[in-house]
Amino acid sequence: MARVLLVEDSEVTRAYVRGALSGVGVGSAPLEVVEAESGFAALRLLPRGSWDLVITDVNMPDINGLELLSFIRQSERHRATPVLLMSTQTSGRDRERGLALGAVGYLSKPFTPEQLRDEALRHLSAAPDERGHG
Amino acid sequence: MVDPGDRAREEFFTEAQEIVETFSRNLLSLDATLKVGGDDPALVNEAFRAVHTLKGLAGLFGAAQLGLLSHRLEDLLDALRLGRMPLSPAVLDILFGSVDVYAQILDAERNALDPPAQAVDELCRRLDALGGASAEQPSLVVEYDLDPGMLAVLTEYEEHRLRTNIENGRGLYRLRVQFDLSTIDRALEEIKERAKRHGEIITYLPTGESASPDTIELDLLMASRDDLATLIGTLGADNVVIEEVPRRRRPSLAAGTVPPPDPAGTLLSLAPPGARLEPATSDDVLAVEPARSIKAVTQTVRVDIKKLDHLMNIIGELGIVRGVLARLSERARSDGQRQLATEILRLHRSFDRRLGDLRDAVLEVRMVPLGQVFDRLARVVRQISRDVGKDIRLVITGAETEIDKLIVEELSDPLMHMIRNAIDHGIEAAAVREKAGKPPAGTIALNAYQKGNHVMIEIEDDGAGIDEDALVEKAIALGRISRVDAGDLARHDLLGLIFMPGISTRDVAGDLSGRGVGMDVVKTNMAKIGGVIDVHSERGIGTKMTITLPITLAIVNALLVRAAGQVFALAVSHVSEAIVFDRRGLRTVEGREVVSLRGQTLPVCRLAEHLGLPEGQGPAPRRFVVVMALGARRLGLVVDAVLGQEDIVIKPLGPSLSDVRGLSGATELGDQRVALVLDSASLLEDVLSATDTGPLEVAPRG
Repeated sequence: MARVLLVEDSEVTRAYVRGALSGVGVGSAPLEVVEAESGFAALRLLPRGSWDLVITDVNMPDINGLELLSFIRQSERHRATPVLLMSTQTSGRDRERGLALGAVGYLSKPFTPEQLRDEALRHLSAAPDERGHG
Repeated sequence: MVDPGDRAREEFFTEAQEIVETFSRNLLSLDATLKVGGDDPALVNEAFRAVHTLKGLAGLFGAAQLGLLSHRLEDLLDALRLGRMPLSPAVLDILFGSVDVYAQILDAERNALDPPAQAVDELCRRLDALGGASAEQPSLVVEYDLDPGMLAVLTEYEEHRLRTNIENGRGLYRLRVQFDLSTIDRALEEIKERAKRHGEIITYLPTGESASPDTIELDLLMASRDDLATLIGTLGADNVVIEEVPRRRRPSLAAGTVPPPDPAGTLLSLAPPGARLEPATSDDVLAVEPARSIKAVTQTVRVDIKKLDHLMNIIGELGIVRGVLARLSERARSDGQRQLATEILRLHRSFDRRLGDLRDAVLEVRMVPLGQVFDRLARVVRQISRDVGKDIRLVITGAETEIDKLIVEELSDPLMHMIRNAIDHGIEAAAVREKAGKPPAGTIALNAYQKGNHVMIEIEDDGAGIDEDALVEKAIALGRISRVDAGDLARHDLLGLIFMPGISTRDVAGDLSGRGVGMDVVKTNMAKIGGVIDVHSERGIGTKMTITLPITLAIVNALLVRAAGQVFALAVSHVSEAIVFDRRGLRTVEGREVVSLRGQTLPVCRLAEHLGLPEGQGPAPRRFVVVMALGARRLGLVVDAVLGQEDIVIKPLGPSLSDVRGLSGATELGDQRVALVLDSASLLEDVLSATDTGPLEVAPRG
């Protein structure tokens, strides 16, 4: 089963993303979406397993999405995990920063469920499946 | 799943509503900060985040007007937080205006009505009129030897904060902290709490290196005007290592690419006068409520109040079961089965105790702080005082006092009218005040506190007070009272005249601003939620209105009485005592029956007669007077018997009876009888305000 970590401080956006990804699967296996309501919660969840994709908001209090992205890139275990950013940022600055830091994609809010799904699936299938199943 | 379902939509409204409320609170705090000449970047950023989230929500749920408005406000707030535009009272006015437009939009969306496009257009025009923000700031002055890895992960806002702090001559520090992953939230809150006295934490970067898998290392970038030794003294610990970020050797000025690090000079070139996010108050910057805590998300549940009503009804029905148990025990005892009777009685007691706990727990869930409605009032005060050109200081105490959610919902309109009246007609113009030796700014105090089973709300102004003479003249002119009666009215009753229909405080104050709201409407609305208003006023000193409210409407501890062979229930909270009725002590004063109670005169009302019911058959050897007290008013209710107390859930009467005055509903008692519930407020009102002594008609209200 492909596992997605969703990091977003807005409860409603989390519900929206969860809804958009429900029923989506890679091959025959459905997606498992685990939610974190802050950067800290994400740091707690990250070590608990392997992740096939991290979707994170950029503007969050305390640890922001760019910091989380940078942490993942430096992490021994998760450096190969693709990170997809989401933000409503008006200027393109944070997008450029994110891509420079190694994000695989950037979704501008508002996005449609299809956009999110397409983007997520693209990175899920592209990700090399390095971890052992079990 | 393409369309988010109804449930998600419902969540959308609730969240949007909450965000708008937070936004409004931020604006009020900003307004207060601005008034003392300060500035608060954290508040501006919170306001930005609020509209930013609203915009995101609007996009997700296809709420076009919500999206449009949020988008425009986001631009404005972005310019404010990044220091491209100064925060002025005019800008705040627009922002405050947007709160109302948001409310209209959400209301329209919720009820599937046309969105208020006109209001949105109007607000957008006002935004246009503000003009654009000043030019983008030059890129960050990298005069500190900051880790490029850290610079790369700053969001635009964080970068702006960093720049502002540098420009204001603050030192930069790196706090390397090690935390246990499981307790990181608490540990972080602690460090934030201590750090905010010294400056601002700009960002939190996980370093990716940690001693063990259960711990995490973070680099906190902090700006402070204090020196390293001070910071180490207050923030340093085994797991917190503080280093000063060294200043770089200044790059060659001749190159001309880097502005000189002269704080004042740099700032002047960056922003228009007044634009500077003055750090004078920014020691308190982080003292504001931290952005929505993680805990709030994980540890709270939103519940539809109807579900709580349903729970309450079940509890009410369990009360009937409890009554049945008590009677079963009695029956067993009278049948000679003592053992069984005792066991049932024990069961009854245990059931009774747990049911009481359950009831209290459910009631507690329904409680919300009055602060919710006070926040809205603070906005209104600000708006009206600007509209009428009076400087008003609003002092709120007891915002944490809790009351039933349903009561809070119904409170805001009557309270708003009362505050309006206080500003319009109570508080005098500055010149008049100064002549009277008062400070030019008027004060309105909004106090709340709990008193037994009641919540008291006081609205007190230091204005001109109510002109009783004008009030009496007006009442006479309207034919509400005769001149003779007026002469007999006590001071307290005189002030009560403001609650008569047709009398507006406008007439009394002789002010024609046209906002006078009939206090009779306010009183009626308060009575609907069991509230009673008492007025005290001193000419030249001010007016104080005290509202007495029940804590909840959901469940009532009732006194059961019998009159005309029927059982009636009466809220115990409105009863001070019950005494034996002594016919010999009955006197008639001013056409009203009264008895003497400990030297004081107590007006009495015969319940059966009042309701137009025939007196019970046969001579009633002993009757009782139930003394009702609501606010400052008292009334003795003459009944045939006092039957005891019971917790009741009040159910509404059917549509044909719902307008009958004097009754607030019906309830099923423990013995499965149905009793009518007396509405204490309207009963007192009708009896005490009646100037004639005839029985009051029980008739539909006009």
